[in-house]
Amino acid sequence: MDNMTRKGHTMPERDPSERISDFSEVALGIDEERAVSEAKRCLACKGRPCTAGCPVGVAIPEFLALVAQRKFGEAYETIRAANSLPAVTGRVCPQERQCEARCVRGRAGEPVAIGMLERFVADRHARSASPVPEEGKPCIPEDGKPCVAVVGSGPAGLACAGDLAAMGYAVTVFEALHVAGGVLVYGIPSFRLPKEVVAREIEDLAARGVRFVTDAVVGKTVTVRELLETYSAVFLGTGAGLPNFMHIPGENACGVFSANEYLTRINLMKAYEEDAETPVYPARHVAVVGGGNVAMDAARCARRMGAEVTVIYRRSEEDLPARREEIRHAKEEGIAFLCLSNPVEILTDGTAVRGVRCAVMEQGEADASGRRAPVQTDRTFELGADCVIMALGTSPNPLVVRSTPGLTAKPRGELITDEGGMTAIEGVFAGGDAVTGSATVILAMGAGKSAASAIDGYLKEKYGVRAASQT
Amino acid sequence: MVRIVTKRSLRESVVLMEFEAPLIAEKAKAGQFVILRVGEGGERIPLTVSLADRSRGTVTVVFQTVGGTTMSLASKEAGDTIADLVGPLGNPTDVSGVKRAAVVGGGVGCAIALPVAKALRSAGAEVTVIAGFRSEGFVILEDELCGAADRLILTTDDGSRGVRGNVCQPLRELLAGGGYDAVYAIGPLVMMKAVAEATRPFGVKTIASMNPIMIDGTGMCGCCRVTVGGEMKFACVDGPDFDAHLIDFDEAILRNRQYLAFEARKREAHCNLLRQGEDHG
Repeated sequence: MDNMTRKGHTMPERDPSERISDFSEVALGIDEERAVSEAKRCLACKGRPCTAGCPVGVAIPEFLALVAQRKFGEAYETIRAANSLPAVTGRVCPQERQCEARCVRGRAGEPVAIGMLERFVADRHARSASPVPEEGKPCIPEDGKPCVAVVGSGPAGLACAGDLAAMGYAVTVFEALHVAGGVLVYGIPSFRLPKEVVAREIEDLAARGVRFVTDAVVGKTVTVRELLETYSAVFLGTGAGLPNFMHIPGENACGVFSANEYLTRINLMKAYEEDAETPVYPARHVAVVGGGNVAMDAARCARRMGAEVTVIYRRSEEDLPARREEIRHAKEEGIAFLCLSNPVEILTDGTAVRGVRCAVMEQGEADASGRRAPVQTDRTFELGADCVIMALGTSPNPLVVRSTPGLTAKPRGELITDEGGMTAIEGVFAGGDAVTGSATVILAMGAGKSAASAIDGYLKEKYGVRAASQT
Repeated sequence: MVRIVTKRSLRESVVLMEFEAPLIAEKAKAGQFVILRVGEGGERIPLTVSLADRSRGTVTVVFQTVGGTTMSLASKEAGDTIADLVGPLGNPTDVSGVKRAAVVGGGVGCAIALPVAKALRSAGAEVTVIAGFRSEGFVILEDELCGAADRLILTTDDGSRGVRGNVCQPLRELLAGGGYDAVYAIGPLVMMKAVAEATRPFGVKTIASMNPIMIDGTGMCGCCRVTVGGEMKFACVDGPDFDAHLIDFDEAILRNRQYLAFEARKREAHCNLLRQGEDHG
């Protein structure tokens, strides 16, 4: 450690006036010199508070030391040992609440920019090495070597598949959509997470032996019971895909969308492209309801589609659950925030949206989340809008539970598992948003990782086999 | 990639297409749908399965060419491939416990009425199919419908074939005779709405098969939401069949028109492309 400056390096970003007219990445990444200099700010604390703050336990001081020594390849492998998707998490993790929040340097000055360095290492690896795709392993139990089916190719499924493949299991990932990646491809916009980055991470997993099957809806095309006839264990990483609505008048009018629908049209179906075959609703003033990352993503997409955008949030601005960076980016891009406001009615002209009637909220006593509860007043106001996007969180998809007798779930659809992540059906594990309800990419990955080790333990105990380790 | 096994034009702008899809064929039941993409970068569109043939390992759909995607699908031939076919999605039509049923199909919806009629008959019900078309030139699958029903009543708006007028009058006459315990309506929203109003006074359970705009078809986008009995339902995971007496059809009609301008533009673009092709050909 020899960089004692209190201020860390900052991420170069594209100018807001330029970036609001396209979907290219906003954060440009840092160069080698800045990365090395930033890595040298690490104090290599013995207590490793940063690693303790990481949901997947990346060996952060070790990888930072390797960056400082310009051993970038080793730095990548150090991250990769705990994290299957470093290029993704380097971009989308809420570091300010995890690793960086615990960095000792943050007590007097800025914490080490761990997320920025993770991204640097992953991007540099991607440029230097292209994964050599091997033939996906066919899932036929050979020599008693068990194989595992992973349902869903979002963060939980990919992390689980990555770890299991590294342990030597034959893994097949089933995805309902026509492309793998789950929320990383349909939800998070390319200006925050370029789709090539996701594709590269998936190619990397394929090169490490994971087989991907798209267009397969587990529960419909093939049932969980049928999977158990071929696979020794199943991991359900089906996420929380079902969008929540407010159930207020006017919500089914033309021009009201779930954030999932709006984002899917843009991100997965590329509706922003001139000659796209999938339409996106043309709008001049978009109101986005909600204050999380998904709300920011929807608002910033709408801005890029040429609309004036207002975010409506029922709590105070300090309570916005989105990453700080997303809020800052949204503001730089000219997005307005109406906090302590809550829609009570979508106004229509009989057919389509013409505005939102909101109640003014006040801050009450602290609630279970520790934040002051929003209390509705009888004062209301109207906001003109020709499109409303509901970004109110999501619930687990009911499709798998409904089609799998024996699987149990909570009233809102969260799958019930034991401490080891096994569901009520033997050999069927679950993790990520499907179990917790909507959370973050990294928490889902953490759940996928623990499920992988639980599956490993289960298979060893049940079949008494040790899968040959892959190198 | 999914291979097209058979393509047959049933009449102008109505095409029957059979796809090689053994996994879907194994599972698909009456009332369920598939989602397909014609090419890379293509739109995802839902189409209800008209026939699932397990021995051939195929599923068949019948569609009308109304927009860019259906037009480019119609330009494919047997032996060609499409990018994606996924399913079977949605819940199968509930035919349990029905003894005497009327299945009412409208236009291209008759292709979906067909498997429902078959499912009802194999469940032991006596089935009358009422198939409504605009005029004689629009009639499709007459022999198949005839074979699947105990009785087929054909109607045309202009009386050029069968009973003159829409499907509601013969339906009322049937129900007045008594003994019907279920009516299944499959077709355009305005027709299903009319059927619901026709059966309401008789108090006969009436099921409508909804076909809203969808993207994923697995409950993720919420695009297909339908108000049923004042509650929000997703057609893809809760339906597509709902109690027709509880559906807010007026809202559904408005929602289905959401992208009409875009559809018209795509249709125009596709026609221009074909025209240019002809000019150069």
